[in-house]
Amino acid sequence: MSQTAGGFTKQMARNIFYGGTAFFALLFIALVFHTERRIPERSNAQAITPAVVAGKKIWETRNCIGCHTLLGEGAYFAPELGNVYKRRGPDFIKGWMKAQPTHVEGRRQMPQFNLSEQQLDELVEFLKWTGEINTEKWPPNIEG
Amino acid sequence: MSTHILKYESQRVAKLYFIAAMGLFAGQILFGIGLGLQYLLGDLLFPYIPFNIARMVHTNLLIVWLLFGFMGAAYYLIPEEAETELHSPRLAIALFWIFLVAGALTIVGYLTLPYAKLAELTGNELLQTMGREFLEQPLPTKLGIVVVALGFLYNISMTVLKGRKTAISLVLLMGLWGLALMFLFSFVNPHNLVRDKMYWWFVVHLWVEGVWELILGALLAFVLVKTTGVDREVIDKWLYVIIAFALMTGILGTGHHFYFIGLPGYWQWIGSVFSAMEPIPFFMMTVFAFNMVQRRRREHPNQAAILWAVGTSVLGFLGAGLWGFIHTLSPVNYYTHGTQITAAHGHLAFYGAYVLVVITLISYAMPTLRGRVANSKQAQNVEMWSFWIMTIGMATMVLALTGAGILQVWLQRMPTDGAMGFMATQDQLRFFYWIRVVGGVTFLIGQFAYFASFFIGGDHVLSEDQAPALGGGGILRRAPARQRMD
Repeated sequence: MSQTAGGFTKQMARNIFYGGTAFFALLFIALVFHTERRIPERSNAQAITPAVVAGKKIWETRNCIGCHTLLGEGAYFAPELGNVYKRRGPDFIKGWMKAQPTHVEGRRQMPQFNLSEQQLDELVEFLKWTGEINTEKWPPNIEG
Repeated sequence: MSTHILKYESQRVAKLYFIAAMGLFAGQILFGIGLGLQYLLGDLLFPYIPFNIARMVHTNLLIVWLLFGFMGAAYYLIPEEAETELHSPRLAIALFWIFLVAGALTIVGYLTLPYAKLAELTGNELLQTMGREFLEQPLPTKLGIVVVALGFLYNISMTVLKGRKTAISLVLLMGLWGLALMFLFSFVNPHNLVRDKMYWWFVVHLWVEGVWELILGALLAFVLVKTTGVDREVIDKWLYVIIAFALMTGILGTGHHFYFIGLPGYWQWIGSVFSAMEPIPFFMMTVFAFNMVQRRRREHPNQAAILWAVGTSVLGFLGAGLWGFIHTLSPVNYYTHGTQITAAHGHLAFYGAYVLVVITLISYAMPTLRGRVANSKQAQNVEMWSFWIMTIGMATMVLALTGAGILQVWLQRMPTDGAMGFMATQDQLRFFYWIRVVGGVTFLIGQFAYFASFFIGGDHVLSEDQAPALGGGGILRRAPARQRMD
């Protein structure tokens, strides 16, 4: 009863919703398909060794993302690790993880995960591979 | 006590869901304050509750209580909209207990077992889905969510199918089906981190900046229909326009997460352009809420519910719209990505859009579930105070985190050489982090006031005729506008 002739009706609004959503959803899917084909080259997919895969699993099952960011995503409690291989190098990363927690009073503490030497190497391989991803030059500097 | 206040007996199942939601909400805030303190007292509760575990509990509780809230809202709203009893109240109650027990066991698992051990015990080997932000739940929990979601959707879809089909219930159904559908991507975890991250956003972004906005719009529209008495035609039209803009900007807006995670550079253009328009539907929601309240045809006695509804529309715009916009353009995001700016936006967006819309619905529905049209004036006063205290607490937190984020960007991100390291920068942000804790404690006080409002007596409004006797409402007390816009 609120509709006047020739005005913008509820049916028109509904059609814009359905039509607009369908159009942009299809466009998004098309872009994702295109992006999928670019991912191998942009991420050096051929360099994903079994060690990298194992390292990713270690990363996940220790819930590292609950404190750190990886390529800027995660928690903001501890440093970015997407470029930690370049910033610190493999030996530092392994030594650091073995030395945790620092028990320095009042400082943020990282748990001791008791990783084996092989697991530490796998984690380092994962972080090394991650550091080679084409991130459009992000982060702005080495501090991440 | 009049029995006609609750139109359909089966709406009662919503009460369980609302109570559970509020209980989990309390837990979320307690853990949040713990996290805020750990930013300052790094070794607090270490090694018993390390930061990553507390954060997982904080964010997972948020997601689970919002899901409880959405489900409770649907169980309340759908019978009333469809004008028929719920298909199966017993299924709704059974699923409630399944979801609550599964959720509780998951949280206990987080807090009592090392995460790697939890992964091992729950069969993460079969399908590795754990350890990704917000999707940390063990495989059985994820499967449980799917089962509960399917049972829930079956129940409410059957109800709508046998009853009246309104725009509000259809939009709500689409939002909830979309929610369940997009969650299936949580089972997708390719070895390639870049791919993993891309599909991860199918859950996270297409939830909160996609299908959840349908749920938000439907719930808001429902409460506005009920409390303002404005013609449904008008409200439905607004609803469709809002959700049309939400999805037309939000779907390609996903691109604003694809800037720096290894995906092609063209996403910087797509993401910037479309996400810059994402505030539009939120702004329209604000105009919508104010407009409907101004054009109201009745004085609903539940003024608190109207305050929450208007509050949702304003704070949703500020948090999701404005605070999203400030760092959504790719040249800006290049510096702010993964800083405290993100945290500021995340907090205000979740509070403004989703926490408040669930409370809006609870505030409207809960009195009716307790046999009243509205709570007493005293109870509503406390409730309205709780809105302001929580909102001021949240605003304090968000401004503090924004300040922290700006300083962090300045010290750690802007300098091309000689930039300050992460931890050294964190030491410089302590002032802001203390303010954030103050904001968090304020929020907790507001939350406590909100819970207290449920227990305040006085003369509750027991029938519609008593309605106009009630005062309050502040900004909303202006006389209804006379002219019509359409």
